[in-house]
Amino acid sequence: MKFAVITFPGSNCDRDVCHVTGEVLQVTTEMLRHDVRQDLTDYDTVILPGGFSYGDYLRSGAIARFSPIMEDVINYAEVGGPVLGICNGFQILLEAGLLPGAMKVNDSVKFVCRQVKITVENSEIAFTGSLTRGETLQMPVAHQEGNYYIDPVGLEELEANNQVVFRYLNQKENPNGSLADIAGICNQEKNVLGLMPHPERASEKILGSEDGKKIFASLLDYLSSREES
Amino acid sequence: MDWLVKVTIQLKESILDPQGQAVKTGLEALGYKNVADLQVGKYIELTVSDQEKKQEVNTQVEEMCQRLLANPVIEDYNYEIEELA
Repeated sequence: MKFAVITFPGSNCDRDVCHVTGEVLQVTTEMLRHDVRQDLTDYDTVILPGGFSYGDYLRSGAIARFSPIMEDVINYAEVGGPVLGICNGFQILLEAGLLPGAMKVNDSVKFVCRQVKITVENSEIAFTGSLTRGETLQMPVAHQEGNYYIDPVGLEELEANNQVVFRYLNQKENPNGSLADIAGICNQEKNVLGLMPHPERASEKILGSEDGKKIFASLLDYLSSREES
Repeated sequence: MDWLVKVTIQLKESILDPQGQAVKTGLEALGYKNVADLQVGKYIELTVSDQEKKQEVNTQVEEMCQRLLANPVIEDYNYEIEELA
């Protein structure tokens, strides 16, 4: 099994993700540059990490979305490859149109960095198969543009298709004012997931929570069972 | 021929603008109680070269706004095109 983590100029969680998937979960993980085209078919999962790609200029993720490798990521996602976008990675997926909606500046207009509780709303996708619906997870968030927005028709579609995967536990736990307390969504085909909280920063006991590891572990369970069948 | 393009980008009217709200509150604190509405947007100035027809500049600017400068999911944009001497 092999994972790819894409490094954009300004990514700062790429090594953290590599550490968790490579060292903690012992999956071969390679870091790929943003500006080199790649055949991603050899990889079992592609991860877009957090950070401030291109300094968040214009809009978070807007410029990274046009990196050469993003064409390969889009092709990979279109044939069903699992793609995970964390924080800035989520923002890039939105800008790329792989996920619907957009990010606004947080309600507080401030950068928010704290622990939040989220609930699992859909436990039937590759990234959440080993979790239970309604289960609460604790992970840190660290962002200024996580205020998820989609128009009313889009929201209805998300809810009807079970595309809301994670929600902040309640309004108090919601760090950014996102619509319907949305913390993470997937695409209609359920192979692309974006979330604002950082599972890679909550995958070891010493960091205060191992809840994030459950997401990576779910993914591994899914991929192993896929390999067996 | 060179053209000066001035693009303004704002959140769509139907979408709550947290920055605008914060700035409006700031003005209120300074005593300006009659500011009824305030939106924070972006202003981008660019020069397009080697294009003879304004209509073609227009087409290009429209495309650039759609593809990168604005996010049509949440933002509206306007632009003016001036011929540079």
